[in-house]
Amino acid sequence: MSTAVERFDEAARRRVGAHGRTVVRDDELLRHPVYTRVLHWSVAVFFLLALLSGLSIYSPWLFRFITPLFGGGPTTRLLHPWFSLGFVVCFALQTLNWLEPMTWTPDDGRWMRRLRVYVSNAEPVEPEYVGFFNAGQKVYFWAIVVSAIVFLVSGIPMWFPKTFGRPAADVGYVLHDIAALVMLGGFLVHIYEGTAAEPGTFRSMVRGAVERRWAWTHHPAWYREATGRDPRKDYEQARGARRAESGRQ
Amino acid sequence: MPTGVLQIRAISGHPGTVPGRGVQREEEVCKYVDVTTCIGCKACEVACVEWNDMPFQQTTFDNTYQTMPATAWNYWNLIKFNEHPRDDGTFMWLMRKDQCMHCEDPGCLRACPADGAIVQYTNGIVDFQQENCIGCEYCVSGCPFDIPKFNSLTKKVYKCTLCSDRVGQGLEPACIKSCPTGCLRFGTKADMKAVAESRARQLREQSGYEHAGVYDPPSLGGTHVVYVLHDIREPELYGGLRKNPQIPITYTWWKRYAKPIGLAIALFAAPAAFFHYVMEGPKPPQPQPPGEEVSR
Repeated sequence: MSTAVERFDEAARRRVGAHGRTVVRDDELLRHPVYTRVLHWSVAVFFLLALLSGLSIYSPWLFRFITPLFGGGPTTRLLHPWFSLGFVVCFALQTLNWLEPMTWTPDDGRWMRRLRVYVSNAEPVEPEYVGFFNAGQKVYFWAIVVSAIVFLVSGIPMWFPKTFGRPAADVGYVLHDIAALVMLGGFLVHIYEGTAAEPGTFRSMVRGAVERRWAWTHHPAWYREATGRDPRKDYEQARGARRAESGRQ
Repeated sequence: MPTGVLQIRAISGHPGTVPGRGVQREEEVCKYVDVTTCIGCKACEVACVEWNDMPFQQTTFDNTYQTMPATAWNYWNLIKFNEHPRDDGTFMWLMRKDQCMHCEDPGCLRACPADGAIVQYTNGIVDFQQENCIGCEYCVSGCPFDIPKFNSLTKKVYKCTLCSDRVGQGLEPACIKSCPTGCLRFGTKADMKAVAESRARQLREQSGYEHAGVYDPPSLGGTHVVYVLHDIREPELYGGLRKNPQIPITYTWWKRYAKPIGLAIALFAAPAAFFHYVMEGPKPPQPQPPGEEVSR
C-alpha cells in the first residue's frame, strides 16, 4: 500500500516537477518542490472559494455580502459543491504527498507539551528534535484530513438528498457546520503562522526555498537531515560571527 | 375578510429589520377543513392546478383513490385517502386535504438561508419567493409536514401559497371556492377556530364521535389550516398527519444559537493572531543581524 502510494507520488512529483523549477541560492535549502507547491495553492484556491461560498449560506448576516461574488445566491449554491470537490481531490493528492513527513512521532508529543513556550516566543530557536514539520503543522494537517472526510461524507447527501434521504442530509448539515468552523479557525492561524508570525516562511511555498538560518531556527532536525550538519553548532557559529562583525564596527 | 396589500411579518435569511408587523391592521387568515364531510371529489385538487396554471405530469397509481402518492412541486393540494377499519369490522374512508399548513412558526422559513426566499405575511400566509430561492432544499428538512417540493429543472422549491395572490385581493383560495360540500371554509383564524370547535362538539355530542377534535398543533404555535378530525387522538391515520409536529433542532437552537456562537469562536482566531503579533511579535530566523536581536 505505502509503496504504491510512494510510487504514485514519486511519478506525479517527477512529472509536475519537469514543468517547473525551484531556484535555491547558496544560503538556502530546497523546502517544497514544484509539485507540492502546485498542490498547496490548488488546495488553497479551492478551499477559499468553498469557504466563502459556504459561509454565505452558513449565516444570513453574510449572505448578502458574499453571494454577489459568485453571481448571486443560486449560483453560489450551484458552485459550492464543485469548489468543494476540487478541494477534496487536490487535498487527497496533498495527503499522499505528505503522508510520510506528517506522520506523528513521540517528539511531536514533546513539542505539544511545550506549546506555551512556542506561542510565547520564549526561545529564539526550536528544540533540535523538530523535523520537517512541527507538531502544530501536523495537527492542522490531520485536522484537514478528518474535516475533508467529514465534509465529503456529510456533503454528498446534502448534494443529492433524493438519493440519500432526508435524515442523512439533516445530520449532514450539522457535521458540515462543525467541520467548517474547525477549518476556518485553523485556516486563520495557518495564514498568520505562514506570513507575519514567522518571517521567511512564505517563500517556502512560493519559491520553494528557505534560508538555512530559517531551517535551523524552525526545523533543526530537518536541517540536520538535509545538510548533514549540526543545527545548533551552525546557529552558534553564525551568531558568533554576527557578534564579531558588530564588534568590529 | 382581509383585503388590501399583504404585509410582510417575517423574512427568511434576513439580517435586518422586517417591514410589516403592526403597520396595518390585518386579520390572520385560516383554512378550515372538516374531514368528516369531505367526499373525496378532488375538486380542490383541480381548482389548485387550474388557478396556479401548473403543468400536469404522469402520476403513479398505487391501488388507492389518491391522485398520486404525495404532493409534488406542481401539485400542491392532494386528498390523502385511507381505508380505516372500524372496531366492528366495517371500514370508513378517512380523507384529508393535504397541503401546506402555513404554520405560525414555519420550519421552512427558519431553515432557509436565502434572504427573502420565504416570507410570512402578517395574515399568517407563508409564501415562497422563487426568484430568491437558491435551491438548497433546507426548507424540505425544516418542514414538519414534508410540504416543500424541489423541481430539479428550475432548482427551486415550490408549495401551496394559500392563494396569496387571491387572498391579497380579498378573494378566498381556489380550493375553498371549488368545494361542493362546504367542508372547506376560509376566514379569520378566530372565526375558523370557533367554527371548527363547534363542529367538533357537534360530532362528539350528536354523531357519536366521542374523540372528535380540532387539529391546530400548539407545537408550531398553531397553523393557518385547521382540521376537524373524527378522532383527534390518532391524526396519523389521516395520511400521516403528525401528532406532535416539531421543527428539527438543526433549525431551532442549532441555527439560532450554536452556529453564530461557533462562527464567532472560529473567527476569534483572527484577532487572536493579530494581538499575538502585537504582543509577542514575529519569530524571525536566527541569528538576527546585530541590533535587531530580541530583548525581553
